[in-house]
Amino acid sequence: MPKIILVNKLLSGLRMTGHRVIEQVWRLGAGARLFFLTLTYSAESFRRPHLIVREMYFTGVMSLIIILVSAFFVGMVLALQGYNTLQKYGSSESIGVLVALALIRELGPVVTALLFAGRAGTAITAEIGLMKATEQLSAMEMMAVNPISRVIAPRFWAGVFSMPILVCLFSMVGVLGGHLVAVAQIGVDVGAFWSQMQANVEFADVTDMLIKSFVFGVACTIIALFEGYDAPPTAEGVSHATTRTVVISALAVLGLDFILTSFMIVA
Amino acid sequence: MDRTTIDLWVGVLVALGIAAFFGLAMKVGNLTTSNLGETYSVTAEFENIGGLKPRAPVKSAGVVVGRVDSIAFNSKNYAAEVTLKIDQRYPFPTDTFANIYTAGLLGEQYIGLEAGGDDVELKNGDKIAKTQDAIVLEKMISQFLFSKASETEDKNSKDEKDAVSGAGEKPKSTELGDPPF
Repeated sequence: MPKIILVNKLLSGLRMTGHRVIEQVWRLGAGARLFFLTLTYSAESFRRPHLIVREMYFTGVMSLIIILVSAFFVGMVLALQGYNTLQKYGSSESIGVLVALALIRELGPVVTALLFAGRAGTAITAEIGLMKATEQLSAMEMMAVNPISRVIAPRFWAGVFSMPILVCLFSMVGVLGGHLVAVAQIGVDVGAFWSQMQANVEFADVTDMLIKSFVFGVACTIIALFEGYDAPPTAEGVSHATTRTVVISALAVLGLDFILTSFMIVA
Repeated sequence: MDRTTIDLWVGVLVALGIAAFFGLAMKVGNLTTSNLGETYSVTAEFENIGGLKPRAPVKSAGVVVGRVDSIAFNSKNYAAEVTLKIDQRYPFPTDTFANIYTAGLLGEQYIGLEAGGDDVELKNGDKIAKTQDAIVLEKMISQFLFSKASETEDKNSKDEKDAVSGAGEKPKSTELGDPPF
């Protein structure tokens, strides 16, 4: 008898693992289907641009404060840390290059995407999850309004458009924060700060930054939308979905960042 | 929230984003061709430009007077043809020297102009005749080692010759001399 219990226990563990894997693959497929549906129905939302503008207000403008303040502090701390190390090698003039390259190549897109997932992604997930829980989406379908073209697609494009703008602002404000610490506080020469930066930052770095921010914008927004759309229509379900949005977005952004960087460094 | 207010804020966001992008492109990424005013271009040929890159500064007496516009390979005489854009405000005589220097020990390379004494000034499209190549560190080290080695060899053979002549009239087997070992 105890033998059978043991075997059952082992089998149930195996079953659980299999169930989880299949569940994740199912969710991946459903997410991909939602992504393609969003793309197919986005023509309709482009015909009503005020919907996108409205969502850009909630995703882009409302994230502005957290993005700008974080950028300022990230730039300042980069300058402080960088100066501390660079002056050991007598090249404290390179502080401008260090701050600008670190922000443009990595920190700008990645930190903005993480903040965006936390600030805007969770809001999107909770909103759509609640819309589903209160059967607003079903009501739309009853009225022959496609919820994907009316609710999902405008939010998707708003996120995709907002992200590059926010990343540009993050990088620029970060450089200005670094300038404040390096030039005003530490006393690095202003000319050296900017000229070294201009000599070593290529325009290709800026375009790479835009490519990254576009990819992260697509990833973060579609993850947030899918988690909301897929959430069980309960209070607990929405809360779990919101948590998952942040976790999956963060992992996706960091993983994609590695892949994109490996392409960009080789090229 | 009124829709027009939303539009205004989104407009502010987009405007800020575009301004930041231009700031990154111009101020940080240095997309602007140069912040020089009117320029005239002259060419100079070098046997070896080392690590010189387009947009490197052209300096005279340490002051930036222009930038390297383009670098091309001249397949007729197998030399590098460098086009310089020099600020219109700074005329140089035709016998100006163009040298490739390195900023610091491992820094970037730039072109240094040393003015000559000619009365005629360089014009747009002229060619600087007197140039000096970039110093290639490996070449210099190998030359140094070579000269050191030949120096010691010379010394050795000289000592031997002295010793032989000092020994007297003992005939030498070969005129060319045996190896020093």
